[in-house]
Amino acid sequence: MILKELSEAFGVSGCEDEVRRIIIEAIKDHVDEYRVDALGNLIATKKSHQPSAISDRLKVMVAAHMDEVGLMITHIEEEEGTIRFRPVGGIDDRILLSKLVLIGKERVPGVIGAKPIHLIKEEERKQVVRVDQMAIDIGAKSKEEAEKVIKIGDYAVFATEFCPLTDDGLRTVKGKAFDDRAGCAVLIEVLKERYPFDLYAVFTVQEEVGLRGARVAAYAIEPDVAFALEGTICDDMPKKKDVSPTTKIGAGPAITIMDRSFIADRGLVKLLVETAEELGIPYQFKQPGIGGTDSGAIHLVKEGVPSATVAVPCRYIHSPVCLLSLEDLENTARLMKAALGRLVTRRFVDS
Amino acid sequence: MKELIKKLVETYGPSGREEQIREVLKAEIEGLADEVRVDTMGNLIALKRGSGEGLKVMLAAHMDEIGIIVTHVDEKGFLRFAPVGGVRPLGLLGGRVVFANGTVGTIGLEKREPEDENKIPNLDKLYLDVGAKDRESVPVGVGDIACFQRPLADRGDRLMAKGFDDRIGCAVLIQVMRDLEAWPHDVYFVFSVQEEVGLRGAVTSAYGIQPDLGISVDVTGTGDTPEARTMAVSLGEGPAVKVKDGGMLAHPAVKNLLVETAEGLGIPYQLEVLERGTTDAMAIQVSREGVPAGCLSIPCRYVHTPSEMVDHHDVLNAVKLLVAVLSKPIDLG
Repeated sequence: MILKELSEAFGVSGCEDEVRRIIIEAIKDHVDEYRVDALGNLIATKKSHQPSAISDRLKVMVAAHMDEVGLMITHIEEEEGTIRFRPVGGIDDRILLSKLVLIGKERVPGVIGAKPIHLIKEEERKQVVRVDQMAIDIGAKSKEEAEKVIKIGDYAVFATEFCPLTDDGLRTVKGKAFDDRAGCAVLIEVLKERYPFDLYAVFTVQEEVGLRGARVAAYAIEPDVAFALEGTICDDMPKKKDVSPTTKIGAGPAITIMDRSFIADRGLVKLLVETAEELGIPYQFKQPGIGGTDSGAIHLVKEGVPSATVAVPCRYIHSPVCLLSLEDLENTARLMKAALGRLVTRRFVDS
Repeated sequence: MKELIKKLVETYGPSGREEQIREVLKAEIEGLADEVRVDTMGNLIALKRGSGEGLKVMLAAHMDEIGIIVTHVDEKGFLRFAPVGGVRPLGLLGGRVVFANGTVGTIGLEKREPEDENKIPNLDKLYLDVGAKDRESVPVGVGDIACFQRPLADRGDRLMAKGFDDRIGCAVLIQVMRDLEAWPHDVYFVFSVQEEVGLRGAVTSAYGIQPDLGISVDVTGTGDTPEARTMAVSLGEGPAVKVKDGGMLAHPAVKNLLVETAEGLGIPYQLEVLERGTTDAMAIQVSREGVPAGCLSIPCRYVHTPSEMVDHHDVLNAVKLLVAVLSKPIDLG
């Protein structure tokens, strides 16, 4: 399954090569051409199936980011070869201790060490261990030995295997980096069809550190319309208060109305909602005001681009392990294909 | 001009939901411009062509106002919300808000523990009550956006209303369009969108227009109220020429242009150094290869509350100053 390959790939922001190779392999027979730009974005194009003059064609950009949050090695201590690191992208310090990670191209295994409970004093238990107090243990005896396999600036990813959890119902799977390999998987599926416009599928880099890849890709493409595909926050565990779960697993693709990075184009939201309702595809609105996606960069490029974001709900994102429902993933692909198919047959921007 | 101000401030138009205010503005500028268009983001852009010997000038005032967006409707019909722009809990309590479809709601507060009673509650302790009996009877849903509901109060020189930030700037732009008689410049009057969520309308409109000079017209704070944060700007002492704010340093030549024009005509003005916050001019300044940019501010008390206050003379003097600036050739050196 492509999602398994994508999930297990090594691809922290700025180091997306392995993910890109997997995606090129998966799409090369379905696209007219592809290229990799200066920042590393993979841009695949698929011409319209309608024989109109090129200047009349609508250009539609659909983006999913290849990068994931992870770690970077910053320092190797003189004694013991203790390895210090910093997060790349947003990671909660509290989820790091005791995790198995893989460092660098050679995937050197290491453990983010934690003090045994026997040695932790009462007041220490109430405190969060900060990332600058942590170290990765690769079992080396000295700095010299550690430096044989690890260099400052090497990236590390969580060592998480992909596997299915349930075979029926939601068909839940667990893995890492579903933010945004879920979006990549959906975009690969979207690319299997041809649409009534020129499709620019962009697998972007460096989203997690500031939507950087999407900005330059959109500048080059100058799309008329854009979508970002995501794996998004899902907080649907039972709560004391009757408040938003952000999104719910199993409730279908999540459509963004507003997040911290942009306000979605109302015409595109309407297109997505109407398409879902007419085809009986479940959908939900993501809790407004939370998170940000590539749409935040794309919609402000040049004179502005009407943009929307559609996401697969993923529990526990930005941690070593997340869950998603394959039902949601497939429904997101169905919705996107259908909505894109209708894009030019309707006015997509409210006048 | 008060009639225009009243109409603009009482119209619904939070960031991203500017349709209603845009229609009102469009009707007001009808016949005043050579060209009017609405761009991709929803900015309303009106061009008044000059004699052809001047600069390309962009004047920007944002049409959006702050608001709240529904994040959840609970079983009993109460709504939770997130801010749209810089909404603060103290400004919300007991306030009324209105949605695009006319639904009105009031803001309530959850019970607080005794130790928290003297603290300002976070937004997640507040909820919106639209008077519904259950979830099914709530006439709005997740993603709908509301803004303050409050009529203008006319106290003669002083005016109170929600949304002076920045409908007062919009009113100034419209009055400038009305009052201009002869001018050399191609003047783009931009009524921008989504300023309150990150100057977004100004980013794309400035890119499209590529002006030689950009001036935003927006509100600024004052230091003239009891125990106020120190600031050398007072209500009624003239429009404020921005020197600096939290996002930009005004281009010295633009600042000087405003100051020298005001002094030449004896128009009262103040100099503004704002510690926090910024305006559309920040986005214009860094557009493409850079644009000389500045800002003319209307002093305003209680910014981002349902009852902001401005002085009518400051508004009239801002119009006078801008008309004077635009009516002569501009040399930015």
